[in-house]
Amino acid sequence: MTAALERTDAATDAKNGNLIEVENLKVYFPIRAGIFKNVQGTVKAVDDITFEVRRGETLGLVGESGCGKSTTGRAMIRLREPTAGSVSFDGVDLTTLKSGPLRRLRRRMQIIFQDPYGSLDPRMTVGAIISEPLETHGLAKGEGKRERVAELLKMVGLDPSYVNRYPHEFSGGQRQRIGVARALAVEPEFIVCDEPISALDVSIQAQVLNLLTDLRDRLGLTYLFIAHDLSVVKHISDRVAVMYLGKIVEIGPPDTIYAAPGHPYTRALLSAVPVPDPAMERKRRRVILTGDVPSPANPPSGCRFHTRCWLYERLGKPENCRTIDPPLREVGGTDQKAACHYAEDSIKSDVGVAHIDDTPIRHGTPDAALRFSHKSTAEIIGEIPEGDIDQALIPSIEEVPAGDAGAEDDGAKPN
Amino acid sequence: MEEAVSLELTPDEAARITREQRETKAAKSKNLLEVRNLSTHFFTPDGVVRAVDDVSFELGYGETLGLVGESGCGKSVTALSLTRLVPNPPGRIVAGSVVFDGVDLLKLSEDGMRKLRGKEIGFIFQDPLTSLNPTLTIGYQIAEAIRQHMGLSKKASFDRVVELLAKVGIPRARDRLNDYPHQFSGGMRQRVMIAIALSCDPKLILADEPTTALDVTIQAQILELISVLSDEFGTAVLLITHDLGIAAGMCDRVNVMYAGRIVETGSVDVIFERPRMPYAWGLLDSLPRLDDVRGDRLRTIEGLPPLLINVPDACRFNPRCNFARDACRDHEPELTAREEPGHFARCWATDKGGWIP
Repeated sequence: MTAALERTDAATDAKNGNLIEVENLKVYFPIRAGIFKNVQGTVKAVDDITFEVRRGETLGLVGESGCGKSTTGRAMIRLREPTAGSVSFDGVDLTTLKSGPLRRLRRRMQIIFQDPYGSLDPRMTVGAIISEPLETHGLAKGEGKRERVAELLKMVGLDPSYVNRYPHEFSGGQRQRIGVARALAVEPEFIVCDEPISALDVSIQAQVLNLLTDLRDRLGLTYLFIAHDLSVVKHISDRVAVMYLGKIVEIGPPDTIYAAPGHPYTRALLSAVPVPDPAMERKRRRVILTGDVPSPANPPSGCRFHTRCWLYERLGKPENCRTIDPPLREVGGTDQKAACHYAEDSIKSDVGVAHIDDTPIRHGTPDAALRFSHKSTAEIIGEIPEGDIDQALIPSIEEVPAGDAGAEDDGAKPN
Repeated sequence: MEEAVSLELTPDEAARITREQRETKAAKSKNLLEVRNLSTHFFTPDGVVRAVDDVSFELGYGETLGLVGESGCGKSVTALSLTRLVPNPPGRIVAGSVVFDGVDLLKLSEDGMRKLRGKEIGFIFQDPLTSLNPTLTIGYQIAEAIRQHMGLSKKASFDRVVELLAKVGIPRARDRLNDYPHQFSGGMRQRVMIAIALSCDPKLILADEPTTALDVTIQAQILELISVLSDEFGTAVLLITHDLGIAAGMCDRVNVMYAGRIVETGSVDVIFERPRMPYAWGLLDSLPRLDDVRGDRLRTIEGLPPLLINVPDACRFNPRCNFARDACRDHEPELTAREEPGHFARCWATDKGGWIP
């Protein structure tokens, strides 16, 4: 389909559909206190999770703040050292890789950060920001580099003449586009999008979301899309993983898990999302969870959610919820897994779900009005014309021999 | 709040209750708050920023009114202007009147204003960590307003604080009086803010993005708390939010703001189901929704809001509007009445004689 996709297919044997396999991943942070900074305990940010990201899919990762979703994303490209477990990228175990080979592999995985203000160096021009990864990986220099930067800017919908401007001259949405261009510079296969639109205004969020879906479809990218907004995640993801207190509690296709959540937490999370439809808001049945998320330094025994679980209360506080940590298991719908002893009860319940079976009505621009628009539909939805992107995609970059790039960075600290 | 779970109302019951509430609210005709032609400008070295420009609206007793818009549209400055808290310099209220319960706040003495803030008008701000004083205990901060405004004794105000904390769902209230804000989680701190806002039985609560800093499950708790308590106390709420979903669930009426102006106003149902302003269409179009079909592209509003310096006499949305014609660039439209009573929109295209039927 696209150059990027063909390249990956050629590089690996196609028998395995998983680009990334995460096995029993744990990331713990020590809590230090007192004058000698002794370790007083550990925060189990990510606690024994296993999942895979399939080639070409977008896996959404949702959860509340502190649930470990960002830590998971970073550990997957080894920006955080895992405490235990393994992450294999295209068959290579990242966790044991030395810095040289790791850096070379990093060309294939990138990250887009949440904060478009903090993630761009204010003293670097846009051109310098975007070309830095090209230099680091020795992918282009001189005139070729300048051309590539211009192409990348065009690809993310920015005027190539902006190349000498500084980040402060751009709005939040434009900065996020610069972040996307930087990530795309090295033609990665996998991008961790860490809350890429959370800091933006509603109308700008849609612009960036469209850009990300466009690029994914045209470049054959695989995304890990981290967000706390379930509507956004549903919009962009092929599969969704829900995290709570360092564990994945449910994973599956969004249509399935949003319609019939197998974990009571998913159901509660869904019911908490406001829907911009007053009629639907009035008839929804809400689950209001009580209390806060417990501390990950001292998680509850058994199922971590039982202290806030509505289903646990309803079933008369069964003992196994308090004593046995439920494993992620196949439940209900196709490809759906949930970590709950009573997942079947959750699926059957009608609590909390937005009425997905109702015909969705979007009360935006009325159809009758559209014919009075002076823009074409493609313009309204901000689509990049087909020609431009093909031009922007260069089939292959002249690579500097691997030895050169590798020699200087052996022993250097991770990127 | 102690027991786990859930609000078990059937959809029909819920709809009936909301309808009844709305009818009783509508029965009281006199308005608690009437804002007329309010303009707040900021005088900066680059020029005069017309942050709030000729804004008029009213709020009935016990009603919840939403003020919706993107950052920089003037919704927070509107709220600050109502209570004369606009930082001066550079900001100044240059015109208009704010009549609250029969009194024009803009003509009131500073002393009179101080007696009103926190007593008649309570505040809930976005970030509970910066709006609470980190060096004072929670108990002291809640009791402060009560002692100032209600003249209660130390013992009586202490009892009132415990009662308020229990009301906003803080467990073991009596033990937590001497805790400091950092010992509370974000959601708990916002509960404390609500307790302070409600402490003197205000007639109006200004809630400026009250849940933006919180997680969705905590957001649901806080919104539930605000709506239950405002019903119980009969408090009117001016809810400022950028989240259309929150406005849909909480408000009786909604004002949509854009570039310092109210561009559309009406009942919550009208605004969400039959809006007549392309900006409102664009906002609704650009939201991914839980009930969406996956993979559809979102229609977006291209471009950015305008700078509010040297604003021309033109529709402020026209550079981003898909329907703009010369009329939109020549003169700014007024807020004009639409079919439903109480529904007004600022748009040439959808007005009488406009080109969109």
